[in-house]
Amino acid sequence: MRRDIFQAIADPTRRAIIALIALQAMTPNALAEHFDTTRQAVSKHLRILTECELVTQDQKGREIFYSLEIEKMKEIDKWLEQYRKIWETRYSQLDDLLAKIKKQEKEK
Amino acid sequence: MKMDFIVDKQTKTVSITKEFAFELSLVWDAYTKQEFLDQWWAPKPLTSRTKVMDFRVGGRRFYAMVSPDGQERWGLQKYTSITPKTNFKLFNTFADENENPELPGSDWDLNFSEQDGTTKVSISIYNESLERLEKMVEMGFKEGTMSQLNNLDDLLAKLSREKESE
Repeated sequence: MRRDIFQAIADPTRRAIIALIALQAMTPNALAEHFDTTRQAVSKHLRILTECELVTQDQKGREIFYSLEIEKMKEIDKWLEQYRKIWETRYSQLDDLLAKIKKQEKEK
Repeated sequence: MKMDFIVDKQTKTVSITKEFAFELSLVWDAYTKQEFLDQWWAPKPLTSRTKVMDFRVGGRRFYAMVSPDGQERWGLQKYTSITPKTNFKLFNTFADENENPELPGSDWDLNFSEQDGTTKVSISIYNESLERLEKMVEMGFKEGTMSQLNNLDDLLAKLSREKESE
C-alpha cells in the first residue's frame, strides 16, 4: 500500500520529528528524549515517515541516524502550487466571462 | 481582481478567496448555472462538459473535464445545502462515466457577499486526505503526463504546441 504523504505530515508528533531532523540527523533514542512518549512510538512514526520516503536512514556503527528528505517535502508544496495555479487560471477565465456577459447586457 | 489561496495542512483545508468587480447576482449565476460553469470551470486547454445539473439540495452536477485529445475525467458534485445568493455547500468526488463516485471526496463550503459593487467569494475545501489534491491536479490536466513535467507552465506550453500542430 502506498502511504499517504499528507497523512504523514498530518500527525503532530511526526511534524515535530520532521522539524527536529530537518536540522540534523538523529537517532530514535535522541528523538525520543524530545517527546513524552516511548521509543517504540517514535520508531513507529519513523517507520511511517520512511515508507513515505520523507526520511532516509544512515547506519553509523550500531546506531541508525534519520535525516529528512528535503526534496520530498518540496514535492508537497509543488503539488499545492499547481493546485493554486489551476484556481488562478479558472478565475481569470471567470473574470473574462463576467466582463463578457456584462458587455452583452449593456449592448441589449 | 485579487485571489488568496491558503493551505492549512493541519486542518487539511484549502481556502480560496476571490473578489470580482461585478454584482453578486451575476457572480452567483456563474457558479450555479450550467451554461456559465461550463465556460470557466475547466482550466484551459481543458473544457468542462456538464452532463446533468440540478441545482437544489440533494441535486447534483455530473460533469467531465475533457482534454484536447478527447479524454474525459468525470466529476460529481452533490449539493448538500443552499442559501440563495449567500452560501452553498457540496460534496465533491471523482466518478466513473456511470456516475459511480470514487471516494474519498471533499466538502466544499462557498460563501458569497457583496460590498460597494465588489463581490467576494470564499471557498473552503476540506479534504479527508490531502493526497486527493494530487488527484485533483491530475484531473485538471492530461493524465499521465504530470509526473514527467516540472511545472504547469511547461505542461501548458506543451499542450498548446500539441494543439497547434494538430
